[in-house]
Amino acid sequence: MGAGHSHKLYRHGHSVVHRLPAHCKLAAVFCFVLVVVSTPRTAMWAFALYAALLGAVAAAARVPAGFLAKRLLIEVPFVAFAVLLPFVAEGERVDVLGLSLSVNGLWGAWNVLAKGTLGVAASVLLAATTELREVLLGLQRLGLPSLLVQIAAFMLRYGEVITDEMRRMRLARLSRGFEARGVRHWGVLAKSAGALFIRSYERGERVHLAMLSRGYTGAMPVIDRITASRAQWSYALALPALALVVCVLGWTL
Amino acid sequence: MHVPDGFINAPVSAATGVVAVAAVAVGLKGARRELAASGPALGGAERTAPLAGLVAAFIFAVQMLNFPVAAGTSGHLLGGALAAILVGPYTGVLCVSVVLLMQGLLFADGGLTALGVNITNMALVTVVVAYALFRALLKVLPRRRSSVTAASFVAALVSVPAAALAFTLMYWLGGTTEVPVGKVATAMVGVHVLIGIGEALITAATVSAVLAVRPDLVHGARGLSVPLKLRVGGELVDAPAAAPAPAPAASGPHPRKVWIGGLIASLLLAGFVSFYASANPDGLEKVASDKGIDKKAEEHDIADSPLADYGVSGIDNTRLAGGLAGVIGVGGTVLLGSGVFWAVRRRRTTGTPPAGTASATAAGTSGPTDREAV
Repeated sequence: MGAGHSHKLYRHGHSVVHRLPAHCKLAAVFCFVLVVVSTPRTAMWAFALYAALLGAVAAAARVPAGFLAKRLLIEVPFVAFAVLLPFVAEGERVDVLGLSLSVNGLWGAWNVLAKGTLGVAASVLLAATTELREVLLGLQRLGLPSLLVQIAAFMLRYGEVITDEMRRMRLARLSRGFEARGVRHWGVLAKSAGALFIRSYERGERVHLAMLSRGYTGAMPVIDRITASRAQWSYALALPALALVVCVLGWTL
Repeated sequence: MHVPDGFINAPVSAATGVVAVAAVAVGLKGARRELAASGPALGGAERTAPLAGLVAAFIFAVQMLNFPVAAGTSGHLLGGALAAILVGPYTGVLCVSVVLLMQGLLFADGGLTALGVNITNMALVTVVVAYALFRALLKVLPRRRSSVTAASFVAALVSVPAAALAFTLMYWLGGTTEVPVGKVATAMVGVHVLIGIGEALITAATVSAVLAVRPDLVHGARGLSVPLKLRVGGELVDAPAAAPAPAPAASGPHPRKVWIGGLIASLLLAGFVSFYASANPDGLEKVASDKGIDKKAEEHDIADSPLADYGVSGIDNTRLAGGLAGVIGVGGTVLLGSGVFWAVRRRRTTGTPPAGTASATAAGTSGPTDREAV
């Protein structure tokens, strides 16, 4: 748990975006994505404006473009799907470079690519400017059941521990000369996964007992109640508000 | 399988969001019961958060465990079926949902507006299908550890294509691109049957590994546990633990049960064969569309496939698409399976219970671990 207070996706900083309360940012990102998704796909310029808006946020948060681009790679599997769409979709077809492509499919691919990328970029910006703990507190503030928030908190806090445990098991296997090369070796890996489950579960039991002995009764005490001023809310909601304007324009124009 | 934003339209996303919220709410309630019931009497509902959190962390970690397939490619576990069998369906739904929520929020894996779709598909459908099938199979198979492994194999095998079919259904209802649903279903199910085989192998091996070391932790195998015995001065004495209710009919493999197990297995196989068979007409359909045959003819083409027959038997509508038919097929198979089992159990309880022994589950202990003896 060496890095328990931050995560790899978080970029430490003191920008305006970093300082905003987490629940404002969560609400802003969610509203922004909602607006983006409900924009008609034919309004291509709207998506360019959305991208510009996100670019402005990234600049304000001092998140470098390279970092953002690297994190966008997570989308690749669905890009592959989007590339397939023009070939399999129905409807009238056009010839592009000798390939017969469906017009509908091309629009669909564009739709998925544009909206998916913007959604991922918004999430990446949120994760890059908000600490784990703040995200969880923000979720609680936004009305998520506290039990759910606690489970998420335990998952995130111990995710690294469990992943590390898995890494140590892998090192142990390697140091004994085992290298998984194919399906024949799945049995060994599955035994490791089983051992990992037992270790995780037993760790959960130990954590529970340790917490009981410290007076845990099922609810975590709220130490710092985060509040947001009107200015902070308006600051955070500027993003979805501007996006909404673009969206309305996209529908009317 | 993480669906990004903009893939499914707003109404379907909202509807699946409602489904997901309900699923998580039910999961929260049920997980409290499941996790409080597990383990020693110490602790009650407040066990939920630490244990479910650690299980979620385990699912999160195990999804990163790479299983090499061949020549540089590798797969990983999705974990829905595994979670359902190891910790129970409610906790399973809950933990996979939390993992998906965190993946969407922090790792940008899966869109925020598609969270409902993702949770419904990967947490709800996977876990429910896997667990229902697992339970049904366990009841017809002989009460042995190997049955648990076999049942988890089948449950995981079916759960992945079932999630793919659920995705196809959502895509059919609210996809943002008009791709013929038959093609989506074929592609999704085809790919996911392969993934499902991998998932099934890993899940079964993992469950059997846990079963060998800590059978008490496997939620799905709770009915199997033999009362704990302590060897005191060379004699086996009942441990003072709360023993599970002894099952009267814990006999060895019964011909009828084997027969019914075979029936269920063949039903499942028939389901899969029909999925595969549907690939052929769809392949033809692709050729047909390439050659310019109009849309109406294509629809007719789908209607000729075995999948459509499934749909026709339920609802009298030739326009029923492959996805819906598949879902009905899977659901029907599950229902039929449990129905058959139920009938068998009723008949068995009315007749005299066979005086068999449960030595199969005794794991080679020397003492009389017969269930009847307790």
